[in-house]
Amino acid sequence: MSTLLNPKFGKYGGQFVPETLMPALIELEEAFVAARADGEFQKEFNRLLATFVGRPTPLTYAKRLSEKLGGAQIYLKREDLAHTGAHKINNALGQALLVKRMGKKRVIAETGAGQHGVASATAAALLGLECVVYMGAVDIARQEPNVFRMRLLGADVRPVNSGTKTLKDAINEAIRDWVTNVRDTHYLLGSALGPHPYPTMVREFQSVIGTEAREQILLEVGRLPDAVVACVGGGSNAIGIFSGFVDDAQVELIGVEAGGGGIESGKHAARFGDSSKGRVGVIHGTRTYVLQDEDGQIAETHSVSAGLDYAAVGPEHALLRDSERAFYTSATDAEALSAFQMLCHAEGIIPALESSHALAEVVKRAPQMRPDEILLVNVSGRGDKDLNTIMQKMDEE
Amino acid sequence: MKNRIEEAFKNKPIFMPYFPLGYPDLQTSVDVIEALAKNGADLIEVGLSFSDPLADGPVIQQATQTALEKGITVKKALAALKELRARGVNIPLILMGYYNPMLAYGLEDFVRDAAQAGADGFIVPDLPIEEADEFESVIGDLPLIRMVAPTSSPERMEKIAREAKGFIYLVSVTGITGERKSIAEGLSDLIASVREHTDVPVCVGFGIGSPEQAREVGKIADGVIVGTACVRAVGSAQSPVEAARRFAAEFKDGLTRGR
Repeated sequence: MSTLLNPKFGKYGGQFVPETLMPALIELEEAFVAARADGEFQKEFNRLLATFVGRPTPLTYAKRLSEKLGGAQIYLKREDLAHTGAHKINNALGQALLVKRMGKKRVIAETGAGQHGVASATAAALLGLECVVYMGAVDIARQEPNVFRMRLLGADVRPVNSGTKTLKDAINEAIRDWVTNVRDTHYLLGSALGPHPYPTMVREFQSVIGTEAREQILLEVGRLPDAVVACVGGGSNAIGIFSGFVDDAQVELIGVEAGGGGIESGKHAARFGDSSKGRVGVIHGTRTYVLQDEDGQIAETHSVSAGLDYAAVGPEHALLRDSERAFYTSATDAEALSAFQMLCHAEGIIPALESSHALAEVVKRAPQMRPDEILLVNVSGRGDKDLNTIMQKMDEE
Repeated sequence: MKNRIEEAFKNKPIFMPYFPLGYPDLQTSVDVIEALAKNGADLIEVGLSFSDPLADGPVIQQATQTALEKGITVKKALAALKELRARGVNIPLILMGYYNPMLAYGLEDFVRDAAQAGADGFIVPDLPIEEADEFESVIGDLPLIRMVAPTSSPERMEKIAREAKGFIYLVSVTGITGERKSIAEGLSDLIASVREHTDVPVCVGFGIGSPEQAREVGKIADGVIVGTACVRAVGSAQSPVEAARRFAAEFKDGLTRGR
């Protein structure tokens, strides 16, 4: 049995799933490879990205933020302006088109912040597919508007009460559904993780972010940025924007993990940032860095942003980190909230809490750069969904 | 040392219950497994717990979660296995668990310590043949039991069965662990196609909930694997050990009656 595409990223990645699912992964890879080579599929995908998602999303020069921080010139890739409010729709549409091609009628998805759930529900509505979204009970409580959105779009949102009741448990439950209904169901996985071919496929559907951003910055400034910053949960928005610059050795790539209450507090989701708990392991079908205890049990994570609150990172990021092509750091809840407010005030943009982690790194880094240097940051989503959380946090202070 | 697995299959079909170490607590689980072994079980799948058991239904999820909350670790599980051998449990004991805790323990150390503790083989549900090389390269003579699913294509089935050791674990239904009302249609066809490619015994698991179902499956398979029903019967009982005795006796009787 061999795969059509390389299932690994160095020593990371792979297909660690029950035998029942292997045939579905093989079928999916075949469909993906065929679709990628099919001009008609690409044309349809690009048509939907333009006419439904509203791509290309703009590149915005953050003039006041740049002046305020007094260093690098900051440019924002505006995935918050994509239909449904985040980059997730790119991948959801790509996979939903594949589902039509495979002739399946039902999609299931997991969601943390609810953005991927909304994107999946949207793509399913557009293409006439049945959609079930698994969401941890804790996340349902903190992302209520998105739960309602999904239901409005016709999706069946199922609360997950097992384990930590967050994203990882939602993925477990989605996989259990998939194992049971694999013959007519596609698992519309929302990030660049899970078993092959997901990490590769999701990157390809998200690579439109990097492709556009590269063209846009060249057009606007006439040169490449010095650094590209993105938040990393599973890592799909980051791998999407990085893919546009990974071959440009002079462009520094920076991924920002959720530092939660600080690495030393133990309450975080910094897989790379915590060398005692973040070790190479296997979870949800892939080999990568995983937060775990000494016995190999997956650790509980914490982040103010549901979308980054996950114990593992996409396997390609693990390789980019080992090869030192990308650099990974973290931002705490407090730093993210402060950067959130700064962008609201300075630029009139309400970013998602996930994206605010990337902005927190910009706040740290920009002042140390020269005014002729360029910092490009991916604003992966908008913050409307987070207003409840932020109101609570502001009340606490 | 004689091969316990081969010995066990001399009288087919065999009864193979699953039970996780550490549930409802470590000492009781050792007593339960001993009781299963001494009252009819021919081989036991001894469960190692994992925080994210993605192939398991709610009953086993809850049991293994409880085991973790009560403090089970791989190390403690291996010590318990040793204790079972010391108590005179001589049937094959196969360790069944997800891959990550084994990796965290250190694969070579895990295999060595498991063998020393008295394990006869391993079942790792998240390790398909594509990913099995790493484990099989350190495993020595002990078998990594291969799984075949109803969704496996004929080509995959052949590839899986051809190099199988110990026995084949045939997943009878497309889904997670848990009892089903009826045994999957087409099971005998599935068993027949696996047998075309291997001489090792073919055992059926997932979905078998009663001694009657066990008897039905036992007519066409070499072994019957019962997990959820066993965990449920023992876990809900006032006296888990007594329940284990009764459970093993009933299933063994169901399987062998009229033979």
